[in-house]
Parts: sequence; C-alpha cells; structure tokens
Amino acid sequence: MAEEKKLFKVKIDNISVEVEPGTTILNAARQIGGDIVPPAMCYYSKLKGSGGKCRTCLVKVSKGSDADPRPMPKLVASCRTTVMDGMEVANITSPEVLEARKGVVEFLLLNHPLDCPVCDQAGECHLQDLSYEHGADSTRYEFKRRTFDKVDIGDKIQLHMTRCILCYRCVFTADQLTEKREHGVLGRGEAAEIGTYIQQSLDNNFIGNVIDVCPVGALTDKTFRFKNRVWFLKPVDAHRECNDPKCCGKVALWMRGDEVFRVTARKDKYGEVEEWICDTCRFDKKEVKDWVIEGPRKIERQSVISQGHYVGVNKPKETLVEVLDGRQPKLLLDIHNISEVNKPNIDLSQINGPAHSDDFNK
Amino acid sequence: MQALTSRAKQVDRKPMTFIESIYLWNIIKGMIITFKHIWKRKETVKYPEQKREFSPVFRGLHILNRDAEGRENCTACGLCAVACPAEAITMEAAERKAGEEHLYREEKYAARYEINMLRCIFCGFCEEACPKDAIYLTETFAPANYKREGFIYGKQDLLIPTPAEKNKA
Repeated sequence: MAEEKKLFKVKIDNISVEVEPGTTILNAARQIGGDIVPPAMCYYSKLKGSGGKCRTCLVKVSKGSDADPRPMPKLVASCRTTVMDGMEVANITSPEVLEARKGVVEFLLLNHPLDCPVCDQAGECHLQDLSYEHGADSTRYEFKRRTFDKVDIGDKIQLHMTRCILCYRCVFTADQLTEKREHGVLGRGEAAEIGTYIQQSLDNNFIGNVIDVCPVGALTDKTFRFKNRVWFLKPVDAHRECNDPKCCGKVALWMRGDEVFRVTARKDKYGEVEEWICDTCRFDKKEVKDWVIEGPRKIERQSVISQGHYVGVNKPKETLVEVLDGRQPKLLLDIHNISEVNKPNIDLSQINGPAHSDDFNK
Repeated sequence: MQALTSRAKQVDRKPMTFIESIYLWNIIKGMIITFKHIWKRKETVKYPEQKREFSPVFRGLHILNRDAEGRENCTACGLCAVACPAEAITMEAAERKAGEEHLYREEKYAARYEINMLRCIFCGFCEEACPKDAIYLTETFAPANYKREGFIYGKQDLLIPTPAEKNKA
C-alpha cells in the first residue's frame, strides 16, 4: 500500500499553494510564480547547500503553522526556511519586508563599485535589477570602499573581487561540478574574499560555469571582455555534439551578424542555468559552423536585451529587383567605405581576450 | 439638397458692368493689403550674415568631452547607442593598456566612435543617457555637405582638443 504523501498548505501573500513537506518558502513561492517570488542573490536551485548568505529573500511569517499559529519573531530567509502546514507568509504585501530588503540592498551595495558602464555584466546583472527595484537611489556610506586588483583565474576567467558580493555560488559550483576544488573564500567578515590558493589557476573542464552562476560581474568571461554590450547582441539557442559526457551541449549563443561573441548556458527566468556546459563549448567554439542553431532565444520584454529585437516581424516583399529585371538598386553610399566601425578585416570575436589599441591600429 | 455648410454662397453669374470690368476697386483693395505689410516686422533673417538667437537648450552638433586632465571621458558603455531612437551611434570598445592612462579615464574606452549625422535627429537622448558626461550637444549646426560621405563623424571629428593642444593653438 503506497502511503499517500501529505501535502502542506501554505499561503504566500494570500495565494494558497500545496507543496511537499521539506520545501522552502522560496521554492513554494516559485511554484506560484509571478511578483510574489522573493529575489535571491545567493540561493541557486542547482547547487546543494547554497543560500542563506545574502538575505535579500527575507519574508515575514505571519502565522507559523496550524499547530502553532504564533508568527515568527523576526523576518526569515525564505531560501533556508522550510514550510509548515498552514503557514502564512507575507512578502510584497508586508511593508516591513520591503523596508528590510531595501536595507539589505544598501548593504550589498556598500562595497560594490559603481562601474556598470565598464562592467560586462551590465544588462544581465541581478544586483542591477535588485537595486533598481528595491534599492535607494543613493548611498549613505561615507568611507572608502574596498578595492582589489583584478586576478586571472585560469586564462579564460577574470575575477574582479571589488564587485563580489560573497554569495558563495562559485565556490559551490567549483565544489560540486569539478573533482578538485581549488578556490574558496579566504578571510572572514569584512576581509573575506574569493581566492585561489596561492594564485593557483583552475583548469577543470567545467570551471567556466562559475561565470554563469555569478550574480554580479565579479567573474567574467575574458574571451568576451569589453567586446560588446549584451544588449547589442542577439541571443540564439544552439547545440552541438559535445565529447564530454557530462556536458549537454545546449547553449545560448550571443551573436552579432554572423559573429559569435559569447557562449553561455541557457538561463531560466530566475537567472539560473538550465544545464551546465563544458569549457570547450564555452570558450573554444566561437564560430557559427560549430553549432546547430535552433532559433532566437525568448527574452523578457522588460529586459534591455530585448531592445531592437523584434518578434513576429512581417518584412514587406522587396519588389524593386523584380521590376528592374534583377538589377540591384543603385547605392549612393556604401557605409563600409567610410565607417571605421565594424571593419571586415578586424574580427573582434576572434581576438582572444579584450581588444587593445594595437588591434585597431593595424 | 441640404447645404453642407452654412457659409455656402450662391454664385452670381450676371455679366459684369463697365465699372466692374476695369477692376479699379479690386486693385486698390489689393494694394492696401500690400502696403500694410511694408510696415510689419519681417519674419525672415538674412542668413548667414544674420543669425537667429538660439534658445539655451538648442541641440546641435555633438562633441565628445574630456576631463580636466585631458583624458577621454567615454567608456563605450553603449548607453547613448541604446538610447538613440535613430540608431545613429555605433562604437567599438577596447581595454586600456598600461601606459595609456593619460589618454583614457577608465580601463575601458571607445576605440571607435561614430555618429551618422544623416540618421541623427538631434533629440539629445544620448546626452541624457551618458553616465560619464562624455557626450554633449553644442549650439552649432551640423554643416551642410554635397556628399553623404561627409556626414559620418568619427571620433576625431567629435573629440574636443586636449588642454595642451588648446594652449598651442
């Protein structure tokens, strides 16, 4: 006789949902979806043990359970708190939570530099979204922000520790995806930083995934560094046969024209990767012929990445060539003759690492 | 049939009398209007000898700004290009190398920056979007040209001179 599992009934922002025992409040909210899902900077559903660090997912538990209806005394981190039967949770309906979240964002931004115009993560940065939605428009912090020198982790990944918010996602990724973990968090409290032991470079075939899990621009793809802004690129779904058995080969290509500027894993609506990809797919296959393109990737309309990308366009048929018996219309100006930008002989996507002045003055 | 407007007039098709056919009164009436206009203020100016006064918010030709030490402000963040409704702005970014710190303010800069003045509508959105005070619209007209080639403005056409160059000139 199969014992029927008892489902817990939870109410989040007055929306009821039935979830299995042991589910966290955050995951219960994700089952409902929509605006009531608390934001998460450190929790990552694909990584075991993640969460509980950033405190952006704070919620108010106004009723503990049916058995013990007292409210929880403090706001709780929804990614770490499991549901109880009859629990009632307030997220966006509670002004206390919104106030606390605003404070958390201010804390996260204490040491975060304001270099979004330079940062490659801008446009897909979770901290940018979070501070836009929940943050104050200015800081009250008057002291010197902590700064670090840029570190190369391997030859393809750049660690910009100044931007790090210490979410530990990359540590869990390195721990759980690769056999040998060589980087972790050194120091404590205000002095904590991500580091590789004695500047040891990580050369595991899956270490590139730390770029995708990083919610800010602390870990960035060096082969894409300063090449282009994400909102000028067109994301398309593509796949290839990968020799690595652990790699799914399903990626998102970030293209401009026929150039592949960047390869990332496909991310869902919470910014989490759907499946991990290996470093060969990510860093070495930067040509269209390596990939089978499936079609344009769906991007949320609110995202800056979707600007200028039109869906369902009906292009009018060009009749001029037909009428002129195959003659092309006379061009008054070929922009490539004058324009210095996008020269056919300078292929930015093929340069390994960021472009420099000598790449342009060839 | 009902008239469409209350101001419709029946056309008088009677033949003109002699007085009417010399048009004297009509000519006088016309000349009164003409002479009245001589004393009115002229609406036109003799451009280019005379120029109209500009509004303080007039938006003309773009410039790329430098900071007090003569370093380029632009970091090629692409916000002007994404704000541009006419898609007139294009750029390519590069990383600053060691030894180039006196040229560029930030670690990233625009190696190429181009405004297609044929496309530009001088809306000033680029100026509003710029987080680095790098692009400004001046009070100068974009000069006319006989060829389309002259309207593609590169970085050299847009950048203001460095303080050192200015002192030399």
